[in-house]
Amino acid sequence: MSAAIVDWASWALLLTGGAFGVIGGIGVVRLPDFYTRLHASSVTDTLAAYLILLGLMLQAGLTLAAGKLALIMFFLFFTSPVAAHALANTAYHDGLHPWTRRPPSQTGSKPETPPVESPAFPDKPADDAATGGPKSDS
Amino acid sequence: MIHAISLAAILFGIWLLLSGHYTPLLLGIGGLSAILAVVVAFRMDVVDHEGHPLRLGLRILAYWPWLAWQIVRANLDVSRTILSPSLPISPEAFPFRSGQQTELAQVIFANSITLTPGTVTVAEENGELVVHALTRQGADDIRSGAMDRKVTALEGRP
Repeated sequence: MSAAIVDWASWALLLTGGAFGVIGGIGVVRLPDFYTRLHASSVTDTLAAYLILLGLMLQAGLTLAAGKLALIMFFLFFTSPVAAHALANTAYHDGLHPWTRRPPSQTGSKPETPPVESPAFPDKPADDAATGGPKSDS
Repeated sequence: MIHAISLAAILFGIWLLLSGHYTPLLLGIGGLSAILAVVVAFRMDVVDHEGHPLRLGLRILAYWPWLAWQIVRANLDVSRTILSPSLPISPEAFPFRSGQQTELAQVIFANSITLTPGTVTVAEENGELVVHALTRQGADDIRSGAMDRKVTALEGRP
């Protein structure tokens, strides 16, 4: 009986994980530019991957295989943000400006304007210093 | 010295986990490998508090569940944004000055921002992090400073 419950829970985790993977893929197609697509792919990187690994751990039970899956999750936890940051950082230093929505009342399902030059990027130190953080070095 | 011992113990633990054979010969080889790896790491001068942050200890164990909850929440937010027919995004890049003193805590903070979907640490300039956010809500979450304070608390007071 309890084996059946574990099996169902495992399948629920695997299917939700898969669904989040598909959502991440949809996001990569729908979003307008490099930086925003990076956000979509991090859905696949984090929750989708963790849910699938958890589901597989339930399938494995209390075995060495479950420990190895946990190790995979642990390493993914540390390496995926590093990879995402490396991509974003390279684009930034290459001078790629992020897409911004120019008129806020733009209707239609898909924004069609290409990336526009935003003067706020990369550096706007003067007037953002006040709102940048709750505490400065005091 | 304490770092070398704990590094050897962790390496041996990983060996035990990955091998699955517990005969004296293989256990001996595993122990020798762990010691050899520590010797090499020692000669490379990477056995220190940064590569191997023992001092964070139990505090990081309290931080991870909170971070996990933030990741789940951010994932749901980003998924809802992606699936909305109107695609309600308002991407922006903004500078953020974090409150951490040590480099290790700054790395943990920048990694945490990147790990939560919807926000990415793009660069670090003049002590400020440049953060790109998919929605205004995601940007406001960072600007509220909740995560910044949590990570600063990890440092403790020496």
